[in-house]
Amino acid sequence: MTEAARKIEEPVCRVNGVTVVPHLSGALYVPDFSALLVADLHLEKGSAFAAGGQLLPPYDTRKTIARLSEAIAACGAQTVIALGDSFHDLGADHRIHDEDAERLAGLVRSVGDWIWIEGNHDPEPPARFGGRTVPEMALGGLMLRHEPSADDAPGEICGHLHPAAKVAGRGRRLRCFATDGRRMILPAFGAYAGGLSVRDEAILSVFGRCPDAWVMGRDAVYPIPAKRISG
Amino acid sequence: MSDPVLPSRFARWFAARGWQARPHQLEMIDAARKGEDALLLAPTGGGKTLGGFLPSLIDLADVVADGPKRPHRLHTLYISPLKALSVDVARNLMTPVAEMDLDIRIETRTGDTPVSKRQRQRDKPPDILLTTPEQLALFCASPNARAFFGDLERIIIDEIHALAPQKRGDLLSLGLATLAQWAPGASRAGLSATVSDEGGLARWLTPQGETPAFARIVRGREGPKPQIDILSSTERIPWSGHSARHAMGEVYAAIKQARLTLVFVNTRAQAEATFQALWRLNENGLAIALHHGSLAVEQRRKVEAAMASGQLKAVVCTSTLDLGIDWGDVDLVIQMGAPKGSARLIQRLGRSNHRLDEPSRALLAPANRFEHLECEAARAAVAEGVLDGEPLRAGALDVLAQHMTGRACGEAISSDDLFAEVTQAAPYAGLTRREFDRVLEFCSTGGYALDSYERFRRLIRNRDGLWQARNARVAQRHRMNVGTIIEAEMLTVRLKGRGARGGKALGEVEEWFLEQLVPGDTFVFAGQILEFQGISENAALVTRSSASEPKVPSYNGGKFPLSTYLARRVREIAHDPAQWSVLPDQVRDWLTLQQEKSRLPQPDDLLVETFPKGGKHYLVCYPFEGRLAHQSLGMLLTRRLERLRMRPTGFVANEYALAVWGLRDLSGVDMDALFSEDMLGDDLDAWLAESPLMKRTFRQCAVISGLIERRLPGHEKTSRQVTFSADLIYDVLREHDPEHILLQAAWRDAATGLLDIRRLGEALKRVKGNIHSINLPRVSPLAVPVLLEIGREPVYGEAHESLLADAADDLVKEAMTDD
Repeated sequence: MTEAARKIEEPVCRVNGVTVVPHLSGALYVPDFSALLVADLHLEKGSAFAAGGQLLPPYDTRKTIARLSEAIAACGAQTVIALGDSFHDLGADHRIHDEDAERLAGLVRSVGDWIWIEGNHDPEPPARFGGRTVPEMALGGLMLRHEPSADDAPGEICGHLHPAAKVAGRGRRLRCFATDGRRMILPAFGAYAGGLSVRDEAILSVFGRCPDAWVMGRDAVYPIPAKRISG
Repeated sequence: MSDPVLPSRFARWFAARGWQARPHQLEMIDAARKGEDALLLAPTGGGKTLGGFLPSLIDLADVVADGPKRPHRLHTLYISPLKALSVDVARNLMTPVAEMDLDIRIETRTGDTPVSKRQRQRDKPPDILLTTPEQLALFCASPNARAFFGDLERIIIDEIHALAPQKRGDLLSLGLATLAQWAPGASRAGLSATVSDEGGLARWLTPQGETPAFARIVRGREGPKPQIDILSSTERIPWSGHSARHAMGEVYAAIKQARLTLVFVNTRAQAEATFQALWRLNENGLAIALHHGSLAVEQRRKVEAAMASGQLKAVVCTSTLDLGIDWGDVDLVIQMGAPKGSARLIQRLGRSNHRLDEPSRALLAPANRFEHLECEAARAAVAEGVLDGEPLRAGALDVLAQHMTGRACGEAISSDDLFAEVTQAAPYAGLTRREFDRVLEFCSTGGYALDSYERFRRLIRNRDGLWQARNARVAQRHRMNVGTIIEAEMLTVRLKGRGARGGKALGEVEEWFLEQLVPGDTFVFAGQILEFQGISENAALVTRSSASEPKVPSYNGGKFPLSTYLARRVREIAHDPAQWSVLPDQVRDWLTLQQEKSRLPQPDDLLVETFPKGGKHYLVCYPFEGRLAHQSLGMLLTRRLERLRMRPTGFVANEYALAVWGLRDLSGVDMDALFSEDMLGDDLDAWLAESPLMKRTFRQCAVISGLIERRLPGHEKTSRQVTFSADLIYDVLREHDPEHILLQAAWRDAATGLLDIRRLGEALKRVKGNIHSINLPRVSPLAVPVLLEIGREPVYGEAHESLLADAADDLVKEAMTDD
């Protein structure tokens, strides 16, 4: 068994009764559907900054694609669902390096079904990389969309808010899966995507309280109860 | 004495004040007349500032004779590291100007100067402008600066010894190189405290050509030898720690007897602790104040004003009071803990007795037994007039990138001209054309191996082949981000108020410190015990606590590493019992025991002891090279021991020694191989890549070089947001572009800065072939202090101190047991 595959089997949690597996990469595996969920890839964020005058290293897209490729291989997913903001902006399609564009198209071809959910940064994901586009979708008892809905939505899994948590008394804030057992917000997957504290009002209001967090450490994903999260 | 150098108007002024121009002042006039650059080295109070300005005043006295119709032009530019110093100097200059009735306009320009005044200064320049290195960098990045400086005659750089070794000094040296293009006739004067590397500073001050060039060195008269005492406490002297709490009663007594005392400590946390301890003893209600860089500005200004007006008895302070600002009639300087360097000690001594004819008085309060040796070494060095100080290093590449971008934002320039210009600056005299071209490419496109930003160039070549900013927006954004001072991530400490925003701001504290607190924890700040309530936006909300002791201590430890020179002197004292007579009995007994039980470290060898203790095996070595170098050595040794399958499990370092321990007996290890220099190759690279120190260093380089902008028009990015993205960038670059110029710049910084690799390398070279290892049945007396650091929670307060003392007693007993 590979190192990555071993890790993916360890932490197991449930959202609205459906078993899901938070992966160290930041992706969420849903074994019943052999589906891998990722949120907020923000491809070409680096070049978006460059166009605005800050010449950040142009490697974020290839790093994000490489990590996604590893995560897919690690769990053998047949379906990949990207929960929106997959591309940082509408200009991403024109800025992406040819090699990266080929890698992405190759990755999309390599899985049975690839679904782009629309996000606020990418209301119309470019078609040339393959896959199909939907505004939102149901997956068994789960509802997948980009932004959390305002009302109580059991089974909802979304992105958009980039949750991160700091364990009381130690180190820095790390990206995490935020959940109360009924709904879940995925961490941002993109190499240059930032993080927002799960204690921020925007995330508190989704759950009505501070959620529990599955925190992405260096070697594993650690389930941390809300009371031990300091920020 | 008739004096042809001094015009009669000036001679009369000196005479009227009952003064005589000092020889070094006359020599500065002579150098300026000949158009030579001159470096004036003089102790504080030696008329240094006047020496720097006299040539300008003499020149301008003739000019102002032309009356009000004379053309407006900038004659003299004065640059100092501190805004406050500029203001202070401007005030002091007004005295001779007013008394000689000279019509000279003197103005300051700092970050606080309003836009309207800046504009007026550009339209109608003053005769003398006093400013900071950052303001000069701003000029370099602005259009039309060439005309503004066209008639400049003279440049005066103050506190040059403090500026030159830093990145700010690199930036300033590049700014001076630019001024040399715009005003080739301007001569430079550098004002400095006495330093060890005179040649280095003299070179720094003057433009470099094919062969090294040096400014003329002018020396002021030394004052009488300072009187330095070492506090030999009657209390029990601690084995380790930096607080010198045991000596507080004696420190208080000394304060009581003096007129005004400055109590210097090495860190902000120590300042707080010392201030609290003194007030607990303050039965006479003496006016003792606190001054350090984290306090709110208004609070600091209040203390400074009270000092100047003679209302205070003592001020506990950090290096924020090191530089030569004249605030009061100080007659005693107390140094808590070892000064770590003789040059720093002399600089701090200069704060006492600003009159040149009286000796300054200082009291050193060693915090532990090793520091007694160190204080003795520092006292002897000062008595002999020997200064330490590391030689100047090569200029940093991130600063070069900032300057080069700035130049292209100011005016179009060819790469050949720019290369010729920057290599005139001494820190960049050795810059290769290849490196220069890589930095230029970085400024323009980011310099990535993946060449995909051609269309996003920030600098472009115009039709004449000259480099310039792509557009006005690029230039404006660059100017908003000029400078090399990157603050640690700080949060405002605010009293919790009724509103959401909170009440009065007390100052700022490092974010990492607050991160370890949970609501309800108490800590010391701004001279009081506070209870942490939580973080709101960029503020830490606190309430005043009634607790008598804080729950969470701050970090201990000296911020400055022990200087190489003092380290050598400490080794010399330690190995030679004939020199121990000056030491207190407790310290002497300790060294004597070490001699009996083990061996004394010799000046040019490395003593390595191995012994078992508590089921573990220890290796302790004594390089005396400072905590930073020892920590780096500890990281590298443990990696190496792991490879030897010796299963090391931990290490701890202090200023003098390093202890490594593990599960296997380390006595059989080949020490020559273990300590061989080649550990600075691959082992170092592998470790550095993962080190958080490296990330912190990279973040600085990314900000200074302009890769990450701190400020954007309209909204300011907080440093916390910058940190996050800098780490992401570091990871991405390391993986995909490991040869990138900014990673190289960060690596070089780390090697000389936080990791002190250069010093470690020199130490390993020195002891090569002279490693003396000795296997002991148990811990040695000399090893006690460093072992006490193991698992040590930084302690604060009596109860903890006694717990620690008990632990120390057990260890000491073991060390002194007979077989």
